[in-house]
Amino acid sequence: MTLHEAIQAERAKYPEGSQSATLPALRLAQEKYGWLSPEALREVADALEVTPAFCKSVASFYDQLHLAPIGEHLVEVCTNVSCAVVGAQQVVEAFESELGCRAGETSEDGKVTLRVVECLGGCGWATIVAVDNAYRTHVRADDVPAIVEELRG
Amino acid sequence: MASVEPIVLANPTTSLAEYEAGGGYAALAKARELTPAEVTEELLSSELRGRGGAFFATGRKWSFVPSKEQIPKPHFLVVNADESEPGSFKDNEILSRVPHRFIEGCLITAHAIDCTKVFIYIRGEYSGPYAVLVEALQELRDRPDIRGDITIVVHRGAGAYICGEETALLESLEGKRGQPRSKPPFPAIAGLYAAPTVVNNVETIATVPPIIAMGGEAFAKLGVENTRGTRVVSISGNVVNGGNYEIESGMSLREIIYDLGGGIPDGRALKAVVPGGSSTVILRADEIDVGYDFDSLAQLRTAMGSAGIVVLDDRCCIVQLGIRFSEFYEHESCGKCTPCREGTRWLTAILRKLEDGRATQRDLDLLLDVCDRINGKCLCPLGDSDAIIVASYVAKFRDEFIAHIEQGGCPFGGASSLDHVLAPIQMSHSREREWLEVGHA
Repeated sequence: MTLHEAIQAERAKYPEGSQSATLPALRLAQEKYGWLSPEALREVADALEVTPAFCKSVASFYDQLHLAPIGEHLVEVCTNVSCAVVGAQQVVEAFESELGCRAGETSEDGKVTLRVVECLGGCGWATIVAVDNAYRTHVRADDVPAIVEELRG
Repeated sequence: MASVEPIVLANPTTSLAEYEAGGGYAALAKARELTPAEVTEELLSSELRGRGGAFFATGRKWSFVPSKEQIPKPHFLVVNADESEPGSFKDNEILSRVPHRFIEGCLITAHAIDCTKVFIYIRGEYSGPYAVLVEALQELRDRPDIRGDITIVVHRGAGAYICGEETALLESLEGKRGQPRSKPPFPAIAGLYAAPTVVNNVETIATVPPIIAMGGEAFAKLGVENTRGTRVVSISGNVVNGGNYEIESGMSLREIIYDLGGGIPDGRALKAVVPGGSSTVILRADEIDVGYDFDSLAQLRTAMGSAGIVVLDDRCCIVQLGIRFSEFYEHESCGKCTPCREGTRWLTAILRKLEDGRATQRDLDLLLDVCDRINGKCLCPLGDSDAIIVASYVAKFRDEFIAHIEQGGCPFGGASSLDHVLAPIQMSHSREREWLEVGHA
Protein backbone atom coordinates (compact mmCIF):
# COMPACT_ATOMS: atom_id res chain seq x y z
CA MET A 1 0.00 0.00 0.00
CA THR A 2 1.36 3.44 -0.88
CA LEU A 3 1.36 6.19 1.70
CA HIS A 4 -1.44 7.88 -0.19
CA GLU A 5 -3.58 4.74 -0.03
CA ALA A 6 -2.80 4.15 3.64
CA ILE A 7 -3.90 7.71 4.42
CA GLN A 8 -7.16 7.22 2.50
CA ALA A 9 -7.79 4.08 4.61
CA GLU A 10 -7.35 6.19 7.75
CA ARG A 11 -9.70 8.87 6.43
CA ALA A 12 -12.39 6.24 5.89
CA LYS A 13 -12.51 5.61 9.65
CA TYR A 14 -13.81 9.11 10.35
CA PRO A 15 -16.88 11.03 9.22
CA GLU A 16 -16.64 12.54 5.77
CA GLY A 17 -15.40 16.11 5.76
CA SER A 18 -13.59 15.80 9.09
CA GLN A 19 -9.84 16.28 9.42
CA SER A 20 -9.49 13.58 12.07
CA ALA A 21 -7.06 11.58 9.95
CA THR A 22 -4.41 14.30 10.31
CA LEU A 23 -2.51 12.70 13.19
CA PRO A 24 -2.74 9.15 11.80
CA ALA A 25 -1.54 10.46 8.43
CA LEU A 26 1.41 12.31 9.95
CA ARG A 27 2.30 9.20 11.93
CA LEU A 28 2.25 7.07 8.77
CA ALA A 29 4.46 9.54 6.92
CA GLN A 30 6.91 9.63 9.81
CA GLU A 31 7.01 5.84 9.92
CA LYS A 32 7.87 5.81 6.22
CA TYR A 33 10.43 8.61 6.10
CA GLY A 34 11.74 8.73 9.67
CA TRP A 35 10.80 12.39 10.06
CA LEU A 36 8.41 14.95 8.65
CA SER A 37 10.42 16.75 6.01
CA PRO A 38 8.81 19.56 3.99
CA GLU A 39 8.36 17.02 1.18
CA ALA A 40 6.68 14.53 3.52
CA LEU A 41 4.36 17.24 4.83
CA ARG A 42 3.43 18.14 1.25
CA GLU A 43 2.65 14.50 0.50
CA VAL A 44 0.44 14.25 3.59
CA ALA A 45 -1.28 17.52 2.74
CA ASP A 46 -2.06 16.33 -0.78
CA ALA A 47 -3.51 13.09 0.52
CA LEU A 48 -5.65 14.92 3.08
CA GLU A 49 -6.58 17.75 0.72
CA VAL A 50 -5.32 20.40 3.11
CA THR A 51 -2.33 22.74 2.97
CA PRO A 52 1.21 21.77 4.02
CA ALA A 53 1.09 24.71 6.45
CA PHE A 54 -1.90 23.18 8.22
CA CYS A 55 -0.05 19.87 8.53
CA LYS A 56 3.02 21.61 9.91
CA SER A 57 0.97 23.62 12.39
CA VAL A 58 -0.50 20.38 13.74
CA ALA A 59 2.76 18.44 13.67
CA SER A 60 4.64 21.15 15.56
CA PHE A 61 2.25 20.80 18.49
CA TYR A 62 3.10 17.18 19.28
CA ASP A 63 6.29 15.89 20.88
CA GLN A 64 6.36 12.60 19.01
CA LEU A 65 6.31 14.17 15.58
CA HIS A 66 9.74 15.14 14.33
CA LEU A 67 10.21 18.18 12.13
CA ALA A 68 13.96 17.56 11.95
CA PRO A 69 15.80 14.35 11.09
CA ILE A 70 16.56 11.94 13.93
CA GLY A 71 18.88 8.96 14.21
CA GLU A 72 18.12 5.41 13.18
CA HIS A 73 16.99 4.70 16.72
CA LEU A 74 15.30 6.90 19.30
CA VAL A 75 16.05 6.62 22.99
CA GLU A 76 13.77 8.58 25.32
CA VAL A 77 14.40 8.72 29.04
CA CYS A 78 11.64 9.89 31.37
CA THR A 79 13.00 12.40 33.86
CA ASN A 80 9.77 13.32 35.60
CA VAL A 81 9.70 13.09 39.39
CA SER A 82 8.90 9.39 39.94
CA CYS A 83 11.71 8.35 37.64
CA ALA A 84 14.06 11.11 38.76
CA VAL A 85 13.96 10.24 42.47
CA VAL A 86 15.17 6.72 41.70
CA GLY A 87 18.01 7.71 39.38
CA ALA A 88 16.73 8.76 35.92
CA GLN A 89 19.38 11.48 35.68
CA GLN A 90 22.14 8.88 36.14
CA VAL A 91 20.53 6.90 33.31
CA VAL A 92 20.54 10.00 31.09
CA GLU A 93 24.20 10.67 31.88
CA ALA A 94 25.11 7.04 31.19
CA PHE A 95 23.49 7.32 27.75
CA GLU A 96 25.26 10.62 27.10
CA SER A 97 28.59 9.08 27.96
CA GLU A 98 28.02 5.86 25.97
CA LEU A 99 26.70 7.70 22.92
CA GLY A 100 29.09 10.63 23.11
CA CYS A 101 26.29 13.15 22.66
CA ARG A 102 24.02 15.21 24.88
CA ALA A 103 20.31 14.73 25.41
CA GLY A 104 18.57 16.36 22.48
CA GLU A 105 21.31 15.31 20.07
CA THR A 106 22.15 12.38 17.79
CA SER A 107 25.28 10.25 18.13
CA GLU A 108 27.98 11.01 15.58
CA ASP A 109 27.43 7.75 13.69
CA GLY A 110 23.80 8.78 13.19
CA LYS A 111 22.60 5.64 14.94
CA VAL A 112 20.89 6.98 18.04
CA THR A 113 19.02 10.15 18.99
CA LEU A 114 18.83 10.69 22.75
CA ARG A 115 16.04 12.70 24.36
CA VAL A 116 14.66 13.28 27.80
CA VAL A 117 10.86 13.24 27.88
CA GLU A 118 8.03 13.97 30.24
CA CYS A 119 6.13 11.27 32.12
CA LEU A 120 5.67 8.12 30.03
CA GLY A 121 3.07 6.58 32.34
CA GLY A 122 5.11 3.78 33.89
CA CYS A 123 6.06 5.57 37.12
CA GLY A 124 5.98 2.52 39.39
CA TRP A 125 8.44 0.70 37.15
CA ALA A 126 10.98 3.52 37.04
CA THR A 127 13.22 4.41 35.36
CA ILE A 128 11.27 4.14 32.11
CA VAL A 129 13.22 4.34 28.86
CA ALA A 130 11.39 4.16 25.55
CA VAL A 131 13.62 2.60 22.91
CA ASP A 132 12.02 3.11 19.49
CA ASN A 133 8.73 3.63 21.37
CA ALA A 134 8.87 0.32 23.28
CA TYR A 135 9.14 0.72 27.05
CA ARG A 136 12.04 -0.72 29.03
CA THR A 137 11.25 -0.77 32.73
CA HIS A 138 13.41 -0.56 35.86
CA VAL A 139 16.35 0.71 33.79
CA ARG A 140 19.46 1.56 35.78
CA ALA A 141 22.62 3.32 34.68
CA ASP A 142 24.38 -0.10 34.66
CA ASP A 143 21.96 -1.35 32.00
CA VAL A 144 22.79 1.42 29.55
CA PRO A 145 25.96 0.02 27.87
CA ALA A 146 24.10 -3.16 26.86
CA ILE A 147 21.18 -1.17 25.43
CA VAL A 148 23.52 1.03 23.41
CA GLU A 149 25.45 -2.00 22.15
CA GLU A 150 22.17 -3.60 21.06
CA LEU A 151 21.21 -0.49 19.12
CA ARG A 152 24.59 -0.08 17.47
CA GLY A 153 24.29 -3.70 16.32
CA MET B 1 -9.99 -1.62 56.17
CA ALA B 2 -9.94 -5.18 54.90
CA SER B 3 -8.46 -5.87 51.50
CA VAL B 4 -10.95 -6.17 48.69
CA GLU B 5 -11.38 -8.54 45.80
CA PRO B 6 -10.48 -6.68 42.64
CA ILE B 7 -13.37 -6.05 40.29
CA VAL B 8 -11.72 -3.90 37.63
CA LEU B 9 -8.43 -5.83 37.47
CA ALA B 10 -10.05 -9.20 38.33
CA ASN B 11 -9.06 -12.28 36.27
CA PRO B 12 -6.60 -10.52 34.00
CA THR B 13 -6.52 -11.89 30.48
CA THR B 14 -6.05 -10.57 26.98
CA SER B 15 -7.83 -13.57 25.43
CA LEU B 16 -11.47 -13.32 24.41
CA ALA B 17 -12.10 -17.03 25.07
CA GLU B 18 -10.68 -16.81 28.59
CA TYR B 19 -12.56 -13.62 29.30
CA GLU B 20 -15.85 -15.16 28.20
CA ALA B 21 -15.14 -18.35 30.16
CA GLY B 22 -14.85 -16.18 33.25
CA GLY B 23 -18.24 -14.60 32.62
CA GLY B 24 -17.01 -11.83 30.35
CA TYR B 25 -19.51 -10.00 28.13
CA ALA B 26 -22.40 -11.31 30.27
CA ALA B 27 -22.86 -7.79 31.69
CA LEU B 28 -23.17 -6.51 28.12
CA ALA B 29 -25.92 -9.03 27.40
CA LYS B 30 -27.62 -8.01 30.62
CA ALA B 31 -27.35 -4.31 29.73
CA ARG B 32 -28.81 -4.87 26.28
CA GLU B 33 -31.92 -6.34 27.92
CA LEU B 34 -32.33 -2.98 29.64
CA THR B 35 -33.29 0.32 28.06
CA PRO B 36 -30.56 2.99 27.87
CA ALA B 37 -32.33 4.89 30.64
CA GLU B 38 -32.30 1.81 32.86
CA VAL B 39 -28.56 1.32 32.33
CA THR B 40 -27.95 4.96 33.25
CA GLU B 41 -30.15 4.42 36.31
CA GLU B 42 -27.84 1.57 37.45
CA LEU B 43 -24.87 3.92 37.12
CA LEU B 44 -26.65 6.61 39.10
CA SER B 45 -27.43 4.17 41.91
CA SER B 46 -23.81 2.90 41.87
CA GLU B 47 -22.70 6.47 42.66
CA LEU B 48 -19.67 5.93 40.40
CA ARG B 49 -17.68 9.09 39.90
CA GLY B 50 -15.24 9.66 37.05
CA ARG B 51 -11.78 8.16 37.57
CA GLY B 52 -9.89 10.57 35.31
CA GLY B 53 -9.50 13.23 37.96
CA ALA B 54 -12.54 15.51 37.89
CA PHE B 55 -14.65 13.00 39.87
CA PHE B 56 -17.91 13.90 38.14
CA ALA B 57 -20.83 11.47 38.64
CA THR B 58 -20.75 9.16 35.61
CA GLY B 59 -24.49 8.47 35.50
CA ARG B 60 -25.23 12.19 35.62
CA LYS B 61 -22.79 12.87 32.80
CA TRP B 62 -24.57 10.27 30.66
CA SER B 63 -27.97 11.70 31.56
CA PHE B 64 -26.96 15.11 30.18
CA VAL B 65 -26.86 13.76 26.62
CA PRO B 66 -29.92 15.18 24.87
CA SER B 67 -32.30 12.94 22.98
CA LYS B 68 -31.97 12.68 19.22
CA GLU B 69 -35.28 14.50 18.95
CA GLN B 70 -33.81 17.45 20.87
CA ILE B 71 -30.59 17.49 18.86
CA PRO B 72 -30.82 15.47 15.65
CA LYS B 73 -27.16 14.46 15.44
CA PRO B 74 -25.30 11.21 16.08
CA HIS B 75 -24.00 10.70 19.63
CA PHE B 76 -20.38 9.82 20.31
CA LEU B 77 -18.56 8.08 23.11
CA VAL B 78 -14.95 9.23 23.42
CA VAL B 79 -12.75 7.37 25.86
CA ASN B 80 -9.91 9.32 27.35
CA ALA B 81 -6.92 6.98 27.33
CA ASP B 82 -4.45 9.85 27.16
CA GLU B 83 -3.12 9.08 30.64
CA SER B 84 -0.19 11.47 31.06
CA GLU B 85 -0.41 12.82 34.60
CA PRO B 86 2.96 12.35 36.31
CA GLY B 87 2.49 9.57 38.87
CA SER B 88 -0.48 7.89 37.16
CA PHE B 89 -0.12 4.69 35.15
CA LYS B 90 -3.29 2.82 36.09
CA ASP B 91 -4.95 3.04 32.67
CA ASN B 92 -1.80 1.57 31.16
CA GLU B 93 -2.32 -1.46 33.42
CA ILE B 94 -6.09 -1.71 32.76
CA LEU B 95 -5.68 -1.56 28.97
CA SER B 96 -2.81 -4.04 29.03
CA ARG B 97 -4.30 -6.60 31.43
CA VAL B 98 -8.09 -6.46 31.06
CA PRO B 99 -8.68 -5.11 27.53
CA HIS B 100 -11.93 -7.00 27.07
CA ARG B 101 -13.44 -5.67 30.30
CA PHE B 102 -12.61 -2.21 29.03
CA ILE B 103 -14.14 -2.92 25.61
CA GLU B 104 -17.21 -4.41 27.27
CA GLY B 105 -17.53 -1.15 29.20
CA CYS B 106 -17.32 0.80 25.93
CA LEU B 107 -20.11 -1.28 24.42
CA ILE B 108 -22.37 -0.95 27.48
CA THR B 109 -21.78 2.80 27.62
CA ALA B 110 -22.50 3.13 23.91
CA HIS B 111 -25.84 1.41 24.53
CA ALA B 112 -26.59 3.71 27.48
CA ILE B 113 -26.03 6.89 25.48
CA ASP B 114 -27.51 5.57 22.24
CA CYS B 115 -24.41 5.79 20.11
CA THR B 116 -22.88 3.56 17.47
CA LYS B 117 -19.46 5.14 17.17
CA VAL B 118 -16.82 4.97 19.89
CA PHE B 119 -13.42 6.66 19.72
CA ILE B 120 -10.66 5.62 22.06
CA TYR B 121 -8.05 8.38 22.24
CA ILE B 122 -4.89 6.67 23.48
CA ARG B 123 -1.67 8.55 24.11
CA GLY B 124 0.86 8.01 21.34
CA GLU B 125 3.54 6.72 23.69
CA TYR B 126 1.37 3.76 24.80
CA SER B 127 2.38 1.50 21.94
CA GLY B 128 2.19 -1.57 24.22
CA PRO B 129 -1.40 -1.06 25.43
CA TYR B 130 -2.34 0.06 21.91
CA ALA B 131 -1.19 -3.26 20.46
CA VAL B 132 -3.14 -5.18 23.13
CA LEU B 133 -6.26 -3.17 22.42
CA VAL B 134 -6.03 -3.61 18.65
CA GLU B 135 -5.51 -7.34 19.11
CA ALA B 136 -8.55 -7.57 21.39
CA LEU B 137 -10.68 -5.65 18.87
CA GLN B 138 -9.45 -7.96 16.11
CA GLU B 139 -10.80 -10.89 18.09
CA LEU B 140 -14.23 -9.25 18.08
CA ARG B 141 -14.31 -8.85 14.31
CA ASP B 142 -16.06 -12.15 13.86
CA ARG B 143 -18.38 -11.64 16.79
CA PRO B 144 -21.29 -9.46 15.67
CA ASP B 145 -23.22 -10.84 18.67
CA ILE B 146 -20.86 -8.84 20.89
CA ARG B 147 -20.09 -5.87 18.67
CA GLY B 148 -23.66 -5.21 17.68
CA ASP B 149 -23.84 -2.20 15.36
CA ILE B 150 -21.06 -0.38 17.21
CA THR B 151 -17.78 0.67 15.60
CA ILE B 152 -14.78 1.30 17.83
CA VAL B 153 -11.91 3.39 16.43
CA VAL B 154 -8.63 3.57 18.30
CA HIS B 155 -7.08 6.98 17.73
CA ARG B 156 -3.47 7.53 18.73
CA GLY B 157 -2.25 10.82 20.14
CA ALA B 158 1.26 12.02 19.40
CA GLY B 159 2.68 13.34 22.67
CA ALA B 160 0.87 16.17 24.46
CA TYR B 161 -0.24 16.11 28.12
CA ILE B 162 -2.88 18.76 27.44
CA CYS B 163 -4.83 16.33 25.26
CA GLY B 164 -5.98 14.65 28.47
CA GLU B 165 -8.16 17.73 29.03
CA GLU B 166 -11.44 16.72 27.42
CA THR B 167 -11.96 19.63 25.06
CA ALA B 168 -8.30 19.64 23.99
CA LEU B 169 -8.70 15.92 23.38
CA LEU B 170 -11.69 16.59 21.13
CA GLU B 171 -9.74 19.23 19.20
CA SER B 172 -6.89 16.77 18.76
CA LEU B 173 -9.30 14.03 17.70
CA GLU B 174 -10.66 16.42 15.10
CA GLY B 175 -7.16 16.66 13.66
CA LYS B 176 -6.11 19.99 15.12
CA ARG B 177 -3.60 21.28 17.64
CA GLY B 178 -4.71 20.09 21.07
CA GLN B 179 -5.85 23.36 22.58
CA PRO B 180 -8.76 23.50 25.06
CA ARG B 181 -12.07 25.02 24.04
CA SER B 182 -14.07 27.57 25.91
CA LYS B 183 -16.96 26.00 27.85
CA PRO B 184 -19.95 26.10 27.51
CA PRO B 185 -21.04 24.46 25.34
CA PHE B 186 -20.09 21.30 27.19
CA PRO B 187 -19.26 18.13 25.25
CA ALA B 188 -22.60 16.53 26.22
CA ILE B 189 -24.28 19.15 24.00
CA ALA B 190 -21.59 20.02 21.45
CA GLY B 191 -18.54 17.77 21.67
CA LEU B 192 -16.91 15.80 18.88
CA TYR B 193 -17.88 17.25 15.47
CA ALA B 194 -20.20 19.56 17.45
CA ALA B 195 -22.41 16.57 18.30
CA PRO B 196 -23.47 15.33 21.75
CA THR B 197 -20.48 13.49 23.22
CA VAL B 198 -19.66 11.66 26.42
CA VAL B 199 -15.98 11.68 27.39
CA ASN B 200 -15.07 9.09 30.03
CA ASN B 201 -11.77 7.86 31.45
CA VAL B 202 -10.49 4.29 30.86
CA GLU B 203 -10.94 3.18 34.48
CA THR B 204 -14.45 4.64 34.62
CA ILE B 205 -15.38 2.64 31.53
CA ALA B 206 -13.73 -0.54 32.86
CA THR B 207 -15.77 -0.19 36.06
CA VAL B 208 -19.07 -0.21 34.15
CA PRO B 209 -19.27 -3.98 33.45
CA PRO B 210 -18.84 -5.01 37.10
CA ILE B 211 -21.45 -2.41 38.10
CA ILE B 212 -23.97 -3.84 35.65
CA ALA B 213 -23.03 -7.40 36.69
CA MET B 214 -23.40 -6.85 40.44
CA GLY B 215 -26.01 -4.08 40.28
CA GLY B 216 -25.50 -0.43 41.12
CA GLU B 217 -26.65 -0.78 44.70
CA ALA B 218 -24.22 -3.60 45.46
CA PHE B 219 -21.37 -1.51 44.04
CA ALA B 220 -22.44 1.42 46.20
CA LYS B 221 -21.99 -0.76 49.30
CA LEU B 222 -18.24 -0.81 48.62
CA GLY B 223 -16.14 2.13 49.71
CA VAL B 224 -17.27 5.08 51.77
CA GLU B 225 -19.76 7.89 51.42
CA ASN B 226 -19.17 10.01 48.30
CA THR B 227 -16.47 7.60 47.08
CA ARG B 228 -18.02 4.29 46.23
CA GLY B 229 -16.53 1.13 44.88
CA THR B 230 -12.90 0.36 44.25
CA ARG B 231 -10.09 2.43 42.85
CA VAL B 232 -6.95 1.44 40.99
CA VAL B 233 -4.14 3.40 42.58
CA SER B 234 -0.66 3.87 41.12
CA ILE B 235 2.21 3.91 43.60
CA SER B 236 5.64 5.22 42.60
CA GLY B 237 8.67 7.13 43.78
CA ASN B 238 10.63 6.14 46.89
CA VAL B 239 8.65 3.02 47.66
CA VAL B 240 9.61 -0.66 47.81
CA ASN B 241 6.88 -2.12 45.60
CA GLY B 242 5.87 0.43 43.00
CA GLY B 243 2.90 -0.63 40.90
CA ASN B 244 -0.87 -0.53 40.53
CA TYR B 245 -3.18 -1.83 43.23
CA GLU B 246 -6.95 -2.02 43.31
CA ILE B 247 -8.21 -0.89 46.70
CA GLU B 248 -11.55 -0.35 48.31
CA SER B 249 -12.09 3.41 48.38
CA GLY B 250 -11.43 4.82 51.82
CA MET B 251 -8.41 2.67 52.68
CA SER B 252 -5.90 4.87 54.47
CA LEU B 253 -3.02 6.43 52.59
CA ARG B 254 -0.66 5.01 55.22
CA GLU B 255 -1.91 1.47 54.50
CA ILE B 256 -1.56 2.04 50.77
CA ILE B 257 2.04 3.21 51.10
CA TYR B 258 3.22 0.77 53.76
CA ASP B 259 1.06 -2.36 53.38
CA LEU B 260 0.70 -2.37 49.60
CA GLY B 261 3.73 -0.32 48.58
CA GLY B 262 6.00 -1.97 51.15
CA GLY B 263 7.13 1.33 52.66
CA ILE B 264 10.22 3.42 52.05
CA PRO B 265 13.41 1.67 50.84
CA ASP B 266 17.01 2.14 51.98
CA GLY B 267 15.98 2.84 55.58
CA ARG B 268 15.00 6.39 54.67
CA ALA B 269 12.23 8.42 56.29
CA LEU B 270 9.05 9.50 54.52
CA LYS B 271 9.02 13.21 53.77
CA ALA B 272 5.96 13.90 51.64
CA VAL B 273 3.35 12.32 49.42
CA VAL B 274 1.80 13.61 46.21
CA PRO B 275 -1.58 11.92 46.64
CA GLY B 276 -3.28 12.00 43.24
CA GLY B 277 -0.85 12.81 40.45
CA SER B 278 1.38 15.85 40.06
CA SER B 279 -1.57 18.28 40.04
CA THR B 280 -2.66 17.61 43.62
CA VAL B 281 -1.77 19.46 46.82
CA ILE B 282 1.13 17.78 48.64
CA LEU B 283 0.81 16.03 52.00
CA ARG B 284 3.48 16.00 54.68
CA ALA B 285 4.53 12.72 56.29
CA ASP B 286 2.35 13.52 59.31
CA GLU B 287 -0.76 13.82 57.14
CA ILE B 288 -1.01 10.31 55.70
CA ASP B 289 -3.42 8.87 58.27
CA VAL B 290 -6.21 9.88 55.97
CA GLY B 291 -8.75 7.86 54.04
CA TYR B 292 -8.10 7.64 50.33
CA ASP B 293 -11.49 9.06 49.41
CA PHE B 294 -12.94 12.35 48.22
CA ASP B 295 -14.23 13.76 51.52
CA SER B 296 -11.27 12.77 53.69
CA LEU B 297 -8.75 14.23 51.24
CA ALA B 298 -10.89 17.35 50.73
CA GLN B 299 -10.52 18.06 54.44
CA LEU B 300 -6.79 18.35 53.78
CA ARG B 301 -7.58 20.48 50.70
CA THR B 302 -6.27 17.85 48.34
CA ALA B 303 -7.74 15.18 46.08
CA MET B 304 -7.47 11.69 44.62
CA GLY B 305 -7.07 13.20 41.16
CA SER B 306 -5.98 10.43 38.86
CA ALA B 307 -4.80 8.29 41.80
CA GLY B 308 -1.09 8.64 41.16
CA ILE B 309 0.55 8.40 44.56
CA VAL B 310 4.14 9.65 44.46
CA VAL B 311 6.12 8.84 47.59
CA LEU B 312 9.06 11.08 48.44
CA ASP B 313 11.72 10.33 51.03
CA ASP B 314 13.79 12.74 53.08
CA ARG B 315 16.38 13.23 50.33
CA CYS B 316 13.94 15.25 48.22
CA CYS B 317 14.39 19.03 48.13
CA ILE B 318 10.93 20.59 47.94
CA VAL B 319 12.12 23.58 45.91
CA GLN B 320 13.58 21.17 43.35
CA LEU B 321 10.31 19.26 43.38
CA GLY B 322 8.55 22.51 42.53
CA ILE B 323 11.05 23.22 39.75
CA ARG B 324 10.68 19.79 38.17
CA PHE B 325 6.87 19.82 38.21
CA SER B 326 6.77 23.44 37.12
CA GLU B 327 9.08 22.63 34.21
CA PHE B 328 6.59 19.95 33.27
CA TYR B 329 3.63 22.33 33.20
CA GLU B 330 5.69 24.96 31.39
CA HIS B 331 6.60 22.37 28.75
CA GLU B 332 3.04 21.12 28.39
CA SER B 333 1.23 24.47 28.41
CA CYS B 334 -0.51 24.76 25.04
CA GLY B 335 0.09 28.52 24.98
CA LYS B 336 -3.51 29.56 24.41
CA CYS B 337 -4.06 31.45 27.70
CA THR B 338 -1.49 34.04 28.71
CA PRO B 339 -1.54 33.45 32.51
CA CYS B 340 -0.62 29.80 31.99
CA ARG B 341 1.82 30.25 29.09
CA GLU B 342 3.77 33.02 30.84
CA GLY B 343 3.02 32.15 34.46
CA THR B 344 4.30 28.58 34.43
CA ARG B 345 7.58 29.88 33.01
CA TRP B 346 7.76 32.51 35.74
CA LEU B 347 7.16 29.92 38.44
CA THR B 348 10.03 27.81 37.14
CA ALA B 349 12.31 30.85 36.93
CA ILE B 350 11.58 32.10 40.45
CA LEU B 351 11.94 28.62 41.94
CA ARG B 352 15.26 28.27 40.09
CA LYS B 353 16.39 31.57 41.60
CA LEU B 354 15.54 30.23 45.06
CA GLU B 355 17.38 27.00 44.40
CA ASP B 356 20.46 28.84 43.14
CA GLY B 357 20.56 31.05 46.23
CA ARG B 358 19.88 34.30 44.38
CA ALA B 359 16.43 34.89 45.90
CA THR B 360 15.19 37.15 48.66
CA GLN B 361 11.95 37.21 50.64
CA ARG B 362 10.52 39.43 47.88
CA ASP B 363 11.00 36.62 45.36
CA LEU B 364 9.07 34.25 47.60
CA ASP B 365 6.27 36.81 47.76
CA LEU B 366 6.44 37.18 43.97
CA LEU B 367 6.22 33.41 43.58
CA LEU B 368 2.92 33.32 45.46
CA ASP B 369 1.70 36.40 43.63
CA VAL B 370 2.30 34.69 40.28
CA CYS B 371 0.37 31.65 41.57
CA ASP B 372 -2.58 33.96 42.30
CA ARG B 373 -2.36 35.50 38.86
CA ILE B 374 -2.62 32.10 37.14
CA ASN B 375 -5.19 30.40 39.31
CA GLY B 376 -8.72 30.44 37.88
CA LYS B 377 -7.82 32.69 34.96
CA CYS B 378 -7.51 30.20 32.13
CA LEU B 379 -9.73 27.98 30.00
CA CYS B 380 -8.43 24.74 31.50
CA PRO B 381 -6.82 23.67 34.78
CA LEU B 382 -3.25 23.10 33.51
CA GLY B 383 -1.84 26.38 34.76
CA ASP B 384 -3.98 26.19 37.89
CA SER B 385 -2.36 22.87 38.72
CA ASP B 386 1.12 24.36 38.67
CA ALA B 387 -0.04 27.35 40.75
CA ILE B 388 -1.88 25.25 43.32
CA ILE B 389 0.89 22.75 43.91
CA VAL B 390 3.68 25.31 44.12
CA ALA B 391 1.64 27.32 46.63
CA SER B 392 1.06 24.13 48.61
CA TYR B 393 4.80 23.38 48.71
CA VAL B 394 5.42 26.85 50.17
CA ALA B 395 2.55 26.51 52.67
CA LYS B 396 3.64 23.09 53.91
CA PHE B 397 7.42 23.44 53.71
CA ARG B 398 7.90 27.17 54.30
CA ASP B 399 10.96 26.57 56.49
CA GLU B 400 12.71 24.86 53.62
CA PHE B 401 12.01 27.78 51.28
CA ILE B 402 13.25 30.23 53.93
CA ALA B 403 16.39 28.12 54.38
CA HIS B 404 17.14 28.47 50.67
CA ILE B 405 16.98 32.26 51.09
CA GLU B 406 18.89 32.49 54.35
CA GLN B 407 21.62 30.00 53.44
CA GLY B 408 21.98 31.45 49.95
CA GLY B 409 21.26 28.12 48.28
CA CYS B 410 20.00 24.58 48.65
CA PRO B 411 20.31 23.19 52.18
CA PHE B 412 20.78 19.74 50.66
CA GLY B 413 24.13 20.87 49.26
CA GLY B 414 23.93 18.71 46.13
CA ALA B 415 22.61 15.61 47.92
CA SER B 416 18.94 15.92 46.97
CA SER B 417 17.36 13.10 44.97
CA LEU B 418 16.23 15.67 42.40
CA ASP B 419 19.58 17.39 41.98
CA HIS B 420 20.43 18.52 38.42
CA VAL B 421 17.63 16.62 36.73
CA LEU B 422 17.44 17.45 33.05
CA ALA B 423 13.87 18.28 32.02
CA PRO B 424 12.68 18.37 28.39
CA ILE B 425 12.02 22.13 28.65
CA GLN B 426 15.74 22.60 29.33
CA MET B 427 16.60 20.84 26.08
CA SER B 428 14.58 23.44 24.19
CA HIS B 429 15.99 26.30 26.27
CA SER B 430 19.52 25.32 25.40
CA ARG B 431 18.53 25.22 21.73
CA GLU B 432 17.05 28.69 22.09
CA ARG B 433 20.23 29.95 23.73
CA GLU B 434 22.38 28.56 20.93
CA TRP B 435 20.15 30.24 18.41
CA LEU B 436 20.34 33.56 20.27
CA GLU B 437 24.13 33.35 20.45
CA VAL B 438 24.31 32.68 16.75
CA GLY B 439 21.97 35.61 16.19
CA HIS B 440 24.24 37.98 18.12
CA ALA B 441 27.48 36.88 16.46
